Amino acid sequence: MKILVMMKQVANKDAILRINKEATWIEEGDLSFEVSESDGYALEEALRVREKLGGEVVVCSMGPQRVKSVIKDALARGADRAIHVVGDNLAHVSPYTAATILADAIRDEKPDLVMTGLQSDDHGYGQTGVIMAELLGLPHATIVIELDAAADKLRVKRELESGWYQWYTMPLPALLTIQSGISQIRYATLKGIMAAKKKEIKEVTPSAELTGRASHQKIEKIYLPQKTKQTQLLGNGDAKAGAAELAQKLHSEARVI
Amino acid sequence: MSNGILVFIEHRAGTLNKSSLEAIAAAQTLGSALQQTATAAVLGDANINLPQEISSYELDKVVFATSPKLADYTPDAYADGMEQVIKKIDPAFVFLTHTYQVRDFAPKLAARFGKSLISDCIRAQVVGDKLTFTRRIFLGKLDADVTSDGAAPVFATFQTGAYRPDQAKKGSGAPVENLALEIGDVRMIPEAPFQEAKQAVDLTKADVIVAIGRGIKSKDNIALAEKLAEVLGGDLAASRPICDAEWLPIDRQIGSSGQTVSPKLYIALGISGAIQHLVGMKNSGTIVAINKDAEAPIFDIADYGIVGDLFEAVPVLTEEIKKIKGL
Repeated sequence: MKILVMMKQVANKDAILRINKEATWIEEGDLSFEVSESDGYALEEALRVREKLGGEVVVCSMGPQRVKSVIKDALARGADRAIHVVGDNLAHVSPYTAATILADAIRDEKPDLVMTGLQSDDHGYGQTGVIMAELLGLPHATIVIELDAAADKLRVKRELESGWYQWYTMPLPALLTIQSGISQIRYATLKGIMAAKKKEIKEVTPSAELTGRASHQKIEKIYLPQKTKQTQLLGNGDAKAGAAELAQKLHSEARVI
Repeated sequence: MSNGILVFIEHRAGTLNKSSLEAIAAAQTLGSALQQTATAAVLGDANINLPQEISSYELDKVVFATSPKLADYTPDAYADGMEQVIKKIDPAFVFLTHTYQVRDFAPKLAARFGKSLISDCIRAQVVGDKLTFTRRIFLGKLDADVTSDGAAPVFATFQTGAYRPDQAKKGSGAPVENLALEIGDVRMIPEAPFQEAKQAVDLTKADVIVAIGRGIKSKDNIALAEKLAEVLGGDLAASRPICDAEWLPIDRQIGSSGQTVSPKLYIALGISGAIQHLVGMKNSGTIVAINKDAEAPIFDIADYGIVGDLFEAVPVLTEEIKKIKGL
């Protein structure tokens, strides 16, 4: 079983985001990055399928040289090799274009299974995986929370809303988008980190026609969300004083205690 | 020339998903500013009555696209069915509510037109003759205003709650147009939807909820929140990462994939407030947020906030509440 795992590098969850001068994106210069959360779970699930059925796990990530850190981490956790789709200005391509570039990058691998996280933690479009399935001619399932893979078919449990679930069966090859929390993610071992240094990272460059394509959805500006409520901030930096004040307010102002 | 707004109506075996009314409301509201009328599309097998129910809304018409293959939802059949409806109607816009089902098939549908969705919009406004959509990005930390190049059809999905179902205006009875479809290969076989064994904890009836997020840092620290919940006579709950880590069972999860609650008092400890969490608790009476990150989106909807260390604040809060309650 050959499994391709699509992994995106995004700004660290706890990073303070600063909006750039043009207000079209964030300042990336001094930012720390990490793998988008659900993509980490996609990798874990791929490694578990390989442990059960044998085969190969190939990770694929797109972006500037900094995404190598996501790739190396995935190799250290146990992926066999990697494809790096290299490009500096890919943050603003539409999900359709991103999916086109990524589908082109993995098509010749003829994967049995493609896995992605269900949506990225930056743009949060939640579409790239599904569009890839369409472009590669694969059946797909999204928001997968449990997975039973056999050599020729898959049975997957999809999360619906409000605590509902549904099982789907589909033939391979197929594409799945994985929900966070499907399993416990393993840590990279020292042995894994050492082994990763010898693993292949193939670089591919997408065509200028694709990367230069005007997006049919353009970000005009980004900004801090408008507040919908007037929030009373208490304590002025002193958490203990704030807590004492809060207890009083909840009692005498909000009257909830 | 492409014209009008096509609205996708979601249902399970003929029972309307009420969030689809929000997409009708969006189409009516924005359509009147754009001077575009709205058409609704219902996909299913021929023996459901939902199209008649939908025809009571102020719409140009309701397209009822039928095939035995559309009886149960699958992304293959739905993408195929909607593609045919769009080609027939030739709309300028296609609006959908950003539900889990829409997330499953709509990107595939848009791809058939060489496009992607302007997804999960929280609002939209007409500027001149163009629509500007607003999306939340970076897990709710920032908003982005997005425009489309205008080439039809423009696909947009709206977050649940962006419009209210009761904003959908009733009309004088729209005609229902039947459209029998030939649906191509459906590769996935669905089983019946189900709920996990009855949830042990029903948080929907709680008056007070103390919820914890990543900021609680370790399982051992949960005792702190537990004590606060205890003096308040409330229930303990959590955001998704806590349940994913199995620090609390999944039946205590608040948010789009967990329970939706509206207690009198909701105290969020170390929860940043990703959209998926906010949709599950934003209608609570009084919302308190304690978080070290002043930029955390949870503060946008909080009535009271403490920017600071929850490990300093919570013990003091617990003691002070004890005093007030005379415990």
